[in-house]
Amino acid sequence: MKALGLILAGGKSDALGKLVYKRASAALPVFGKYRAIDFILSNMVNSGIYKVGVLTQYNPRSLMDHLGSGKEWDLDRKNGGLYILQPYLGMTGEYWYRGTADAIFQNTTILRRGDEDYVLIGSGDHIYKMLYNDLFSFHFAKGADVTLVVKELDETYDMTQYGSVVTNEDGRIVEIHEKIDNPPARKAFLGIYFINKFLLLDLLYDTVPSGKYDLLLDVIIPNLSKLRVYAYEFNGYWRNVKKGIDEYYKTNMEILNSKQLREELFIKYGRVYTKLKDYPPAKFTGTAKVSNSMISDGCIVSGIVKNSILFRGVIVKAGARVENSIIMQDSIIEEGALVKNAIVDKNCMIRAEQVLVGDFEPVVLEKWMVI
Amino acid sequence: MQNILGLILAGGQGTRLGFLTEKIPKPAVQFGGKYRIIDFTLSNCVNSGIYSIGVLTQYRPHLLNRHIGIGKPWDLDRKGGGVTILQPYSTLTESIWFKGTADAVYQNIEFVDEHQPEYIVVLSGDHIYSMDYSEFVYYHISKGAVATIACMEVPLNEAHRFGIMVTDIDNKVVEFQEKPKEPKSNLASLGIYVFTWDFIRKVLIEDAKDETSEHDFGKNVIPKILSTEKVYAFPFEGYWRDVGTILSYWETNLELTRPIPPFNLYDPNWRVYTKSEEMQPAYISDERTVRNSIISEGCEIYGTVDASVISQGVTIGEGSIIKNSVIMTRVVVGKNVVIEDSIISENTVIKDGCKIGIGNFAESTYDRKVYDSHITVIGMDSIIEEDCEIGKNVVVGNDRIVPKSTKLASGGYYI
Repeated sequence: MKALGLILAGGKSDALGKLVYKRASAALPVFGKYRAIDFILSNMVNSGIYKVGVLTQYNPRSLMDHLGSGKEWDLDRKNGGLYILQPYLGMTGEYWYRGTADAIFQNTTILRRGDEDYVLIGSGDHIYKMLYNDLFSFHFAKGADVTLVVKELDETYDMTQYGSVVTNEDGRIVEIHEKIDNPPARKAFLGIYFINKFLLLDLLYDTVPSGKYDLLLDVIIPNLSKLRVYAYEFNGYWRNVKKGIDEYYKTNMEILNSKQLREELFIKYGRVYTKLKDYPPAKFTGTAKVSNSMISDGCIVSGIVKNSILFRGVIVKAGARVENSIIMQDSIIEEGALVKNAIVDKNCMIRAEQVLVGDFEPVVLEKWMVI
Repeated sequence: MQNILGLILAGGQGTRLGFLTEKIPKPAVQFGGKYRIIDFTLSNCVNSGIYSIGVLTQYRPHLLNRHIGIGKPWDLDRKGGGVTILQPYSTLTESIWFKGTADAVYQNIEFVDEHQPEYIVVLSGDHIYSMDYSEFVYYHISKGAVATIACMEVPLNEAHRFGIMVTDIDNKVVEFQEKPKEPKSNLASLGIYVFTWDFIRKVLIEDAKDETSEHDFGKNVIPKILSTEKVYAFPFEGYWRDVGTILSYWETNLELTRPIPPFNLYDPNWRVYTKSEEMQPAYISDERTVRNSIISEGCEIYGTVDASVISQGVTIGEGSIIKNSVIMTRVVVGKNVVIEDSIISENTVIKDGCKIGIGNFAESTYDRKVYDSHITVIGMDSIIEEDCEIGKNVVVGNDRIVPKSTKLASGGYYI
């Protein structure tokens, strides 16, 4: 069995505010050295999927820079490898991607060429570690036409923000309610589809030309009675950082408090690959006081760092204090500055004695800002 | 840039590093948290614009071969040039090892010829330094030399440990003394050479026929050509360390933990590249604090770390104290362990309650020549079971299991 991977990474997310002024949400920096898309890319490669298309549209520059030739994921290959699928100008018309189904429909060439029989479709901004091989076996054992990955969400998730899935005893999906108030089930669809390639092509040709552009709403849901659509239950950690700044902040902070979670995300189920930067290891000087924090390569810490994540190359000078914050790559916190409940984007500088404190919501400092 | 080929001599065992180089050659020993010693020379090459490199291996090369691979981390996976591993080989008539530095180059004349270089840079894979070899080569060209030797001023009382050069006012070498009892100068050879290839090719062929020669550049080749040819000294003033002994290896590592270390790993224009393992950022718990230390990615630190170099993927348990030590990749330190003045090699497990490097110095009862300092060395892939007490200047071999509650007094050994 060979599968083609498709990663949807083009969506715009208004909820992320300043963090996505200049980047796609799939390129959001997370956990000190990664970007959100690293997780699904690594999952695919770790599951033996070596042909991956990334569908981009919104602010793709930093994402392109990150992906490069795909060599960090061993996707610089003669057969397969990484394909960037951006909207394009055609002979007969020019369209942006008008929805997920349309985005794939405009790139049917990658589906038709190649010897893969199946397609795995996922989103570039979801944080989880999963080897898809169990999903594949499940799909075949059930004789399914389409398998959707679902997860029982606890109270920490706002169910009105997710698609709610109702199944029968066999696991076959009978109803899907996309983002409604009072959903009938806490089983949420995680945006991961596994489907036969030729079936997908048929379905797309049936829907997209008639102006229906959404893969879930226009392609899957109307066909629930006709197709055998099954729900594969995923029990691991899963977060969608696209849901908003709060979710993004919470996701980053969560891993500080759980060793099990760090093991699940970074060690079990294969490593997470990302673009290398060749920084030297982190340096702690005599005045450093670091607790409950993650510190990346290239950091030089002389100040106090508490419950925080420092990305690569961050400098915290003596007497500076960083608390409950996320400091992105190459930012500098100078002597005596205080940063608390904040998300400081790349290449920022907090001058000596300056204060940056968020209250209920973390305060966000844009790229290249100096205060 | 001229057509230059780099040859890195990486076959040496490094006998004075003891068990650190029992299973791997000296250039493959870990250094500075995430590097191996050869990374510094390889990175110097690519930072200097030398993209054709031969690495000559001989002693236990497997880890080194895997580390270098096709040279991807150094951008040496190229269509033209790139990195080639040159191991000793057998021919129709004989099978021989590399007998000396000059012989190693002599046996690879065909490889060098294929690249048709004008100049070759002969480097050693076991030094920690950053040097722009292109300056070195331009100096060689500007002097019209056939051979140029990089050298550095050393304290006169240490000069007897080096190859010493006596130069005239133009830096032309007039005399070469190999480890002299009475040095005439304090200009020490760093074992780094530029040669004009056409010239040295002939000299190497002659030297190979000479049965009295030891086929060493420093001992035989350079003294032989001095009187008749233009041999120059290239004065180098930057940071350079030969980490050839356990004490100097330990000291050079710990130098990196100073507030402003003499060797700058952070220079964005002179990065040191290595084959990194993909690991998450280091996690520092709230139990204690980490000070004056280098902590690499993938670490989980619950104890105290002071003035130490911690490599990738190391776990340090609650209540443990690490001081003045070098801890290599994937070492697991249990709870309430004390480690002082020690080098712990790759993949070793130190279980709960162990005390390592405690007490006072005592002469080694195993090998006084190699283990001549207060540093305790624990070999790779070993296990130290619970509650062991290990003194200073103790050596534990590779692949050993030290049973529970073993007491090893200072100067002792377990091999």
